[in-house]
Parts: sequence; structure tokens; C-alpha cells
Amino acid sequence: MGENGRVSGEVLLKIDNISLSFGAVKAITNVSFDILKGEVRAIIGPNGAGKTSMLNVINGVYHPQEGTITFKNNVRSQMKPHDAAAQGISRTFQNVALFRGMTTLDNIMTGRNLKIKSNFLASLLYYGWTQREENRHRDFVEHIIGFLEIEAIRKVPVGRLPYGLQKRVELGRALAAEPELLLLDEPMAGMNLEEKQDMCRFVLDVNDEFGTTIALIEHDMGVVMDISDRVVVLDHGEKIADGTPDEVRANQDVIDAYLGVSHD
Amino acid sequence: MSDPARYDTSPKLLMRNAETMADRPAYREKDLGIWQSWSWRETAAEVRAFACGLSTHGIGRGDKVAIIGANRPQLYWSFDALQSIGAIPVPLYADSVAEEMKFVLDHAEVMAAICEDQEQIDKVLSIKDDLPSLRLMVYEDDRGMRKYTENFLFSFASVQDEGRQFDTKNPDFFADELGKSNGSDVAIIAYTSGTTGNPKGVILNFDNLIKSAELFADLEKLTPDDEILAYLPLAWVGDHFMSVAAQRVVGCRVNCPESSDTVMLDLRDIGPTIFIAPPAIFESFLTQIKIRMDDAGAMKRKMYDWAIALAGRVGIDKLEGRSVSFIDRVRYRLGDFLMYAPLKNILGLSRMRFAYTGGAPLGDEVFNFYRSVGLNLKQLYGQTESTAYCCIQRDGDVKSDTVGPPCPGCEVKITDGGEIIYKSPGTFVGYFKNEEATKETLDDDGWVHTGDAGIIDDGGHLKVIDRAKDVGTLTDGTLFAPQYIENKLKFFPFIREAVAHGADKDYVTAFINIDLEAVGNWAERNGISYTSYSDLANHDDIYGLIGGCIEEVNQGLASDSALENSQIRRFLILHKELDADDGELTRTRKLRRRIIADRYGELIDALFSDRENVSVEAEMTFEDGRKGVIKADLKLRDVTVFGGQDGKPALTAAA
Repeated sequence: MGENGRVSGEVLLKIDNISLSFGAVKAITNVSFDILKGEVRAIIGPNGAGKTSMLNVINGVYHPQEGTITFKNNVRSQMKPHDAAAQGISRTFQNVALFRGMTTLDNIMTGRNLKIKSNFLASLLYYGWTQREENRHRDFVEHIIGFLEIEAIRKVPVGRLPYGLQKRVELGRALAAEPELLLLDEPMAGMNLEEKQDMCRFVLDVNDEFGTTIALIEHDMGVVMDISDRVVVLDHGEKIADGTPDEVRANQDVIDAYLGVSHD
Repeated sequence: MSDPARYDTSPKLLMRNAETMADRPAYREKDLGIWQSWSWRETAAEVRAFACGLSTHGIGRGDKVAIIGANRPQLYWSFDALQSIGAIPVPLYADSVAEEMKFVLDHAEVMAAICEDQEQIDKVLSIKDDLPSLRLMVYEDDRGMRKYTENFLFSFASVQDEGRQFDTKNPDFFADELGKSNGSDVAIIAYTSGTTGNPKGVILNFDNLIKSAELFADLEKLTPDDEILAYLPLAWVGDHFMSVAAQRVVGCRVNCPESSDTVMLDLRDIGPTIFIAPPAIFESFLTQIKIRMDDAGAMKRKMYDWAIALAGRVGIDKLEGRSVSFIDRVRYRLGDFLMYAPLKNILGLSRMRFAYTGGAPLGDEVFNFYRSVGLNLKQLYGQTESTAYCCIQRDGDVKSDTVGPPCPGCEVKITDGGEIIYKSPGTFVGYFKNEEATKETLDDDGWVHTGDAGIIDDGGHLKVIDRAKDVGTLTDGTLFAPQYIENKLKFFPFIREAVAHGADKDYVTAFINIDLEAVGNWAERNGISYTSYSDLANHDDIYGLIGGCIEEVNQGLASDSALENSQIRRFLILHKELDADDGELTRTRKLRRRIIADRYGELIDALFSDRENVSVEAEMTFEDGRKGVIKADLKLRDVTVFGGQDGKPALTAAA
């Protein structure tokens, strides 16, 4: 809430008339909104509203039947996920998609994948240049580990970590790719108050220190109201509100969607 | 170079080491996952730059400057930098809350504060308006500091840059200033929180630190290859003694861990050769070992049991150089290969030549465990006022219930009233701005009255009984030494803290704090579910568990006719841990009895009645300093008390 000094007004991502269906099921119907560079944009709505599907569309995992996505002034109607990543979009997942047998350090290093220039043969032989490159990446990843305060679990296989820490590691992996747009799918799910406060702090720090634009799906209204600059509300695949947290909070359609309306 | 009088201050010793051991590592810190190191020469250059920089900001001879933070090389260097220009460092505990800091910073008339990071800076900023003499703040870690606009706030690196420029223009300044100090100048003012009243500033001069360090280094034959892990609070005199004084004198290495969470991992990385830890750490290692062995497979458990039983039988004799049969020695070698060496390796204890513990007694079982697997664990005794230690156990002459004979150079006596008094080269100069307390503690002949009650046993070892003021009697005249009983209770891994009540009462009762890890583990193993600390603490089965522990203690007390009547009759388990942040404990985890008695007066009354329940409402301080109120309904339980040697029937009460 409040003035965000980093928002310049330039549009980073624009969603135009996106519709997505799976057979007869309409997941998203004619949704349009934009995300400004440097802002924290929340996407909220009751369960089943199409929020994760929306993120998947932006990310290139789902391909919409209609509509276009404009990212950094490139218009496209669909893209493969690795293209999205190469363009600077990173994301976390609702159910934590880390490599369970690998350590925290290795998981975050995988986030550097697109930045690693050595080819397979060079990595196998590990001669001078490759080793130096790995050190550079390791240095960057260590800064992320320091930033997220997870030094103590550097070498622990992530499968053994408590849920809250796994989410933090996943955030680290997404950050390792140095994204311009970071998509967070329910980053606070399953956390107690203290963990949520920590996660909020990290999200805000990322936005503040690195200037990363953030799109965030979240259910905790307190979090949404506190840290987002603007909010878009989806319900049953349609957009029902779009504006600042205060505007959205007062919107009758939003209230009805969450609390229900009696049909007499 | 060999003239000791020339190196009578820590900074001078630093400069000496920079010449004689220039490229050997002096400090290491784990940062970004790797151990970075600084040689003596590099350290000297860093100190010199910072000292000159502080000088350009107007810090000079006699000024007091606070140092607040965890163990970071830059903060250790700050001690030297300040001392080299004649200023006086005043270290504070990093986990103090702003209110505590305010008292010390104000009392010491601190002019500047060198803080580790944003957290400490924020705390000081929040009270700055109440500190008129504070006009400069320096931070070492710049994370989060970008937005601060105060014009008196500088980064450590920028102060050093200014220092280097100044040094180039005034090359003789540093050496001149260094030469102006000597051994009798004040080295640091260490505030001791004390169990009663406001903290007192203990003034220690260079002679105190350096002479004590020399005696210690001599006794334990320290070498420049020794490694120290600096993880205990840097405001604690014990850490300053080891990580600054002893290190300077000997030229060995100080290693700073990455963060407080990684200390145990870093311990393993470094494998220090000398180690000090409060008993709680040794107890927690053992608890962890036991927990993990409980989870291990049958064969491993069998192996563990065999190895530990063998160690119990012959290990200590072996450690102390007494003769052990050939077959036992072979067995011990096998045990070492299979069990003791890997165990010590996991804990990081493999290279330890000595491990010291003190501040509270360590249970027999725990003490003997470590010695039996080959760790040379010894106890010592001292206070801030003695610059660390006045009694240390010698190799080969170690007992679990004493703190050893006086250190070389120290004298220890027991007064007629049973109080321990001592005289040593480490005896403090006085309390800062507190004539009255100084007179009460330091008498005209130079003896320090410790306020502890003790005796000297036949072997010349000192045995500490309790704080003299706390020793009392029950209504029937039985001796009541609360710490004695509390320590016996705390030997159980399930009991983290205990407070015994009984002075001028008919019988003894106790407050118990459970240890969350150990009890939580036991609960899991026994199928008991719980949601929080308070929930677990209130559980009937846990009361049963703790009641069992107390009964064991009672049995022990029953066997000593002098203490038979001080068995614990009733107890309750507190819903929240006693905490230094709430003022119930000191920062070194000693009980503040008066505060506890005031705050929990109702609970004490309830224990001395027949009630089975009592509800309590207490204010508690959260980690970030906010206060809240926590309510709970506590159960009170009776415990079986045992008949003594004269065959009186045991008094039992329904549990």
C-alpha cells in the first residue's frame, strides 16, 4: 500500500482478451489487464477463479485459444515456457516443484541454467573457463542464499526441509534467473504468521533492491492489502475488478464473489 | 622485539604479530559459503585504516565507543582500532533489547556506536534521542542500509577509506598514538548484567587481560597453530579473553561462523583446538546424540551401547594417563575406530585439545561421557571482575563436581562466612561510575568478594555451592541451597530450567521449564500430540514424565541426611520459557530470583497451598521487542518424597 517509488508507469506486461478453455470448461473468459514495470500486482479471487491458469498462460504453460500477451512490447499469442524464461519471466509453484533429492544450493543453481554458457562437453571436461564460470554463478547464488537467510540449509536435500523453507528455496531458484517479471503462486500458503511476515519481507526486498516486477496470487487479504500496489480480481474465469487495494476492497462485486449472494 | 614491556597493550601485540607472523592467518570468517581469511599483516592494515578513520570523525583518547553485534572480524578489529587511539570500547550483547542498551549507552556516556547490521542500528536509532553524547554510528553490514539518510551514519568501509587518506597525509599519527598507551590504561568496560539491580561496568585494563592471557597460554601450552571458534557473545568477557587477549598473546587463529544458525556446522568445518561452551551446549550435544541413537537401527544401537559402556569403564583412566589393561586398550582402540572418533567428528570435537565449561555445574553423566570418549573436558570458574578465570582444572586432575584449583598467579580463599574471595592479575580496576559497588566488592587488600558460597576440598579444588545470598534455610533449619537442587533437576535432558523455592518455608517446591526438543521428541515417541510449547507443558503425561525426574532427584537428596528435608514436594510446569528478554534471566542465563518471585508470586503461593490448579497471566516480550500478555491455566502436582536413612516412612501424596 502507499506510494511505490519504483513504478514508472511503463507497461511491462499486457493481457488482452485472453480466453482459455479445456474442452467445454471455460477457465478464463475474455480477461484483460496490465502490469506496470516495478509494481507488485496481486491476482486474487475465490478458488477455481482461474488465477493459476492465468499465470500459466503468462508463463507459456497453457496456450490460450484467443487473445494476445504483450511482454516488453513483443506481442505473442503463445510461447513455450523456456522462451518465457529466456525473456525474463520466472515463477514459483503452488505445490513447490523443487528437485527433492538435490540440495538447496543445487536447486538454486539450476535456476542459473539459462545463464550458463558452457556446453555439455565443456561441463564434462570442466576445464579452466567452465570452472571459472561455475564460480561466478556460485557467487551469485550465494548472494541469494545470504539474502534469503538460508545458509544453514545450504547442503540439506530439500525433500527434508519443512514446507515453509522449501517455499523460500523455490523463491531463491526463481530469483537465480534474474527475472524481470516474477510470478508467485500462493507464496504464503500453509505458513504461520511469522513465516508470512518473513516471506512478505523477502518479496518486498526483491521488489525494492532488484526492482523486479512481481505478480502474486494470494489468498491472505491482509498480505494483499499490505504489500500490493494494484489488484486484479477474477471470479469464474472473468475479471470483476481492477484497481488499488482500497478500490477493490470497497467494490460490491468483489464482496459478493467472496461472501456469496443469496438468490431469491 | 622480545622486550615484554614494549607490548603491553593489545594493539601493540597486534603490530608485533603483524611483523613476526605477517602472512599467517589471524582471522577467518565464513562468508558466501567459503572461509575467507585475513593474515596478521592484513588485519593490522585494516585496523590501522579504521583507527585513522575514527580519528577523522573526532574519536579520541578517553572516548567511550559501543560495539554491538555478533562475532565478526570487523567488530574484533574495532576493539584494536579504538584502543590504538586511546578510546575505550564498551561491548554490548547483540540480543539486548533497546531499553537495556539505553541504560548502558547512557551510563557509559558513549560517543559512538559501531554496529554489526541494520538490526542493531535500528535499535540504537530508536533510543538515540535519549543519548545526548552519541553522535556517530558505524555499520559493518550494509544490507538494508541504502535508504538511511542520517548524516551521522557511516559504513565501516567508508570510515576505513577516510582513514587511509588521513594515514597517507599523517603517517606518524598511528604509531604516535599507539605509543601513548600502556598496560595500566583501560582496555575495555564490560557491563555485567548481574542477577540483581542495574548492570555494572567492569573496568579492565590491558595488564588484566594480557597478564591473565599469558598465564593461561603458559598453563595450557597454547601455540600459534591453535584454532578458536568465536561464537559466544562478543560482549562476554570470556569471549574477549579468548578471542582477543589470548589470540593476540599467542598469535593463534580466530574463526567467525557464518551466522548463529550455522554455528554447529561451522564447528565441524573448523575443528577448533580450544573450545569453551556453557554446560547447556554440552548437554544439548549429548541429548542430540541420544535422540539420534534412539532412531538408529538395532545393530547400531548395540554397537553404541557396547562402545559407551567400555568407555565408561576405562575411558577416563585412559585420558588421565592411568594404566589400563592391554585387552581393554585394544577394545578401546576398536571403540574409537567405530564410535568415539566418528562421534567426535560429527560434533566437530576431533581436534580439541581442551574443552572448557563453566558458569554452572555440568552433570556427572554428561561430564564423564565426554571425558570417557577422549575429549579433555575441564571446568573453570571466574567472573567478569576476574577477567575470565581464577580457577581452572588441570589435566589429569579433573573432577565433575569441582571447578579446580586456583590458576597460576591467582589466590583463592574462603571467608569465615563461607564466601569465595580471590586476588589475581586479572582483578578488575573498579566499576565505572559506581564507587559504592566497587567498595563493596573490592576490599582494601585487593581481594574481590564474589558473592558466591563455596568450599575448598581436600584436593585443593574449589567447589561452588550457590550465590551466598540465595542460600537459606527451611523452617526446620534444613539447609536450602536452591542452585544445588536446580542443577540436579537440570541434569535431566527434559528439564531446561528450574527454580526452587523454600527459603523460610516448610518444604521445597519448584517451577520447571521443559526442554522443547527433548520433551517433544519423547512425546512423539509416545504418541502424544501437541500444538505448542504451552500445550505440551500442560499435558498430563508430561507432568508424569517430569514428576519421575523429580522423584529421582528426591531419592538422591534423601540419601544425604543434611538435605533429606529439602526434597521437592510439589511442582508446576511453566507455560512459557523463562527468558532474558523478559528480564527473568540474565543474558548468560542465570536466574533473576527477585524478578521471578515478583512476577510469579501467585504461582509460588499456590505451590505452598493445596491447590491443584492456578491461572496465570504474564506479560511477555516477543523476539522483535513487542510485548504481549499470555494467559494459562497451570496444574500443580505433588511428588513422592522418600524416607531417609533413619527409616521414617516415606510421605506419599497422590500424583
